[in-house]
Amino acid sequence: MTEALTILLMGAGTAFMVLAAIGIVRLPDLFTRMHAATKVGTLGASGIVLALAVHFDNLGVTTRALFVIGFLFLTAPIAAHMLGRAAYFTGVPFWEGTGVDELKEAGDGGGSRASGDPKSPNAAGEGASRESEDPH
Amino acid sequence: MKYFLWNLLLAFVWASVSGNIAPETLAAGFLIGFGILYFVQPALGPSSYFKKVRQVVFFFFFFLWELFLANLRVAYDVVTPTHHNKPGVIGIELDAETDWEITLLANFISLTPGTLSLDVSDDRKVLYIHAMFVDDPETLRKEIKNGLERRLLEVLR
Repeated sequence: MTEALTILLMGAGTAFMVLAAIGIVRLPDLFTRMHAATKVGTLGASGIVLALAVHFDNLGVTTRALFVIGFLFLTAPIAAHMLGRAAYFTGVPFWEGTGVDELKEAGDGGGSRASGDPKSPNAAGEGASRESEDPH
Repeated sequence: MKYFLWNLLLAFVWASVSGNIAPETLAAGFLIGFGILYFVQPALGPSSYFKKVRQVVFFFFFFLWELFLANLRVAYDVVTPTHHNKPGVIGIELDAETDWEITLLANFISLTPGTLSLDVSDDRKVLYIHAMFVDDPETLRKEIKNGLERRLLEVLR
């Protein structure tokens, strides 16, 4: 019973990790790649750690496994958010299939912090280059 | 809060009386204590503790389910030869007000595959997210507002 559960969890975890890796190669731009890498990877890692907890069936291992999962789930979204935000405001280009960009439409009144930033001339220049890339 | 402490105390008492302080007896004691507290509620005064516990448990399973579905969706797009995704950046008007609420909401959104929080507007009214499947911005906005945000605020308030 425990063995079957271990195999199932470990298999699922590894499968998610492999999918995350393939996603990094296959998806079209930085933002979509981040979706695959940061979160599918988190779930994969949690699956493997849970499999360890089930296999050893020991209080110490289980608590540590739960803490590892807790910290993964606390830190992964923050890292993903900071990477995505930095990429957006330095003007990393979107894939051409990208639909709406409401943050750009909102302009300075909305979320754009480029104006108050020391790097603002640079950010504005990059923003312009993104606009020129949009039509195709 | 008072109820939570009572519940912990009852769990500990149950574990000590059964002569074996282990995770299993503590968990059983917690559950039994929860039932007892539910019945003596009139004597101890009203509290939102029972509603909160139910909401937290609901939120936990709701979020696990969402996480699972979103993972499958991203995984499907990764393994099939054509790209079905239509990424986009959309703004969600926030009902969350305090730093704590906005931080948690942004974190939960980032944690779900397929959505990534990018920025909060300067007046803290709009959260901008990058989503992988924006077929219709309105439906996605409604989904997040009625699903994740409503449930999260229910738990926090």
